[in-house]
Amino acid sequence: MTIALPRPESRRLTLRRPRPGIAAALIVLALVGTAVAWPALFAGDPLAADPLHVLQAPSAAHWFGTDQLGRDVFGRVVHGARHSLSIGVAATVIAVGAGILLGLLAGLTHRYADEALSRGFDALAAFPLVLLALLFIAIAGTGTTSLIVAIGIATLPHYARVVRAQTLVVRQAPYVTHAVAFGASRTRLVLRHVLPNVLGPIPVLAMIGLGEAVLIAAGLSFLGLGPQPPSPEWGAMLSEGRGYLHIAWWASVLPGAAVTATVISLTVIGRHLQGRFEGRHQ
Amino acid sequence: MIKAVARRVAAGVVVLWAAATAAYLALLAAPGDIVDAIIGDGADTPQIRAQIIAEWNLDRPAIVQYLDYLLRAARGDLGRSYLLQRPVGEVIGEQILPTVQLALAAAVIGVVLALVLAVTTRHRWVRRVSSTAELMLVSTPPFLSGIVLLSVFSFRLGWFPVAGDQGWAALALPAVTLGLPIAGVLSQVLRDGLDRALDEPFAVTARSRGLTERAVLIRHALRHALIPAVTLLGWLTGVLIGGAVIIEQVFGRPGLGQVTLQAVGNGDMPVVLAVVVLAAAAFVVINTLADLAYLLIDPRLRRS
Repeated sequence: MTIALPRPESRRLTLRRPRPGIAAALIVLALVGTAVAWPALFAGDPLAADPLHVLQAPSAAHWFGTDQLGRDVFGRVVHGARHSLSIGVAATVIAVGAGILLGLLAGLTHRYADEALSRGFDALAAFPLVLLALLFIAIAGTGTTSLIVAIGIATLPHYARVVRAQTLVVRQAPYVTHAVAFGASRTRLVLRHVLPNVLGPIPVLAMIGLGEAVLIAAGLSFLGLGPQPPSPEWGAMLSEGRGYLHIAWWASVLPGAAVTATVISLTVIGRHLQGRFEGRHQ
Repeated sequence: MIKAVARRVAAGVVVLWAAATAAYLALLAAPGDIVDAIIGDGADTPQIRAQIIAEWNLDRPAIVQYLDYLLRAARGDLGRSYLLQRPVGEVIGEQILPTVQLALAAAVIGVVLALVLAVTTRHRWVRRVSSTAELMLVSTPPFLSGIVLLSVFSFRLGWFPVAGDQGWAALALPAVTLGLPIAGVLSQVLRDGLDRALDEPFAVTARSRGLTERAVLIRHALRHALIPAVTLLGWLTGVLIGGAVIIEQVFGRPGLGQVTLQAVGNGDMPVVLAVVVLAAAAFVVINTLADLAYLLIDPRLRRS
């Protein structure tokens, strides 16, 4: 029941990728990174309302225009980077951490425990991501923390399956057999010999997964299940702006464009690295 | 052959059972009393509490509660929403049609667009443009593309209704919005499949028989390229259901998405559980069918 995406010959893929795309992606990520680290560099208070200048079109004073309360949309997008990305990053950290643990466990225990864990991953993967997150939020309530844990749980099977598969290969490797012969303890065996060698594909997967996590987080915030207004989260801004779409497209479309640019950049870099990674191993 | 089919069906049933169990565990894990979780924001009277205890067998041992839940789920009895004072099956039954319409229309648009993109953009430059477009389609959140389409075609041009579910015109924009990311993923997979198939010896043979490049592509390579795409059917189901929840909100359409969001907002757990388990069931059934379709397409798999 696993979804096996066909693996294109990575060397041709790498050569075919246009370099300008990677440069653009790096620039976008650098900008987003700066916005996360130091939003005040680009823009002032994202919450400052100006009732005299509501829903103004983009201009020199307000690059992305103003919203229904006269707040500067550009400032809100810049300050929103921290909200949106921290949710994605935290969720990915949870997913990767728990995925590695469970994957190792499945790969190293007895056949039946492995079978049970693997079916568990299958069951978790059978729920559409959005619905799984909704289920979790229904139980734990709305809010940023639930959103993070929900997305973390929903994306965990992906990493767990990869780590399990890697573990099954690594545990047969000669160096593990040698370590056993030298009387290495169980802990040492796992920490020093197995773990470092199963982690290979994880950073690249996590990079692509981060894009996906940001996308789901924005979607759930759009549904009103994440950070609550007036906090400047991209998905929440889109949802607020949706009501004024007929007179002010910029208040919803531009925050959405920020999500898209970030996700595309993460995906482009992730795939590029994936191509390089697989090419080296061929 | 029969053994291979039986194995795949059994695997599907196991995953379905695990999914139903996971949903049940989620209910148990809810903070506070299970009766509170089931009531949600609904009226809380001693009669209703007694009714819930009777329906969920909460006065019996845990194992009986669990087995009874599984039995009821297997029979298609999805329980009762105490918030809406109605059986969950009825609530879902009323709202499922617009969602299924949306999902099917989006699937058709996604698959057709992907086929057209993958087959027609073989030339080097066109293909580069098309690959970039696919990446954009995949990475653009559906609520953004929905809002852009809504802004241009409904508000600016007035071609389509702004909200609601009034026939085919109202279905067009939501279906396109949901279909676009699917087209992006599928056409990438199809293109890679076509690339690999065209490198195979059979493609050389077909060319040497004097077939035009187009005929080799459509009659021979495309079949091979379709095999990995079939694997994605299960994924497609998940995207369609999850995406529909968001798209219905963007376009103000009635459907399962609205029901689910309301249930999540009001803590109406029986409805949330039912929708989630139903979605998992759809995923498992379609994935199992895809596995079986594999056996039909590729005889090599029938033996193992």
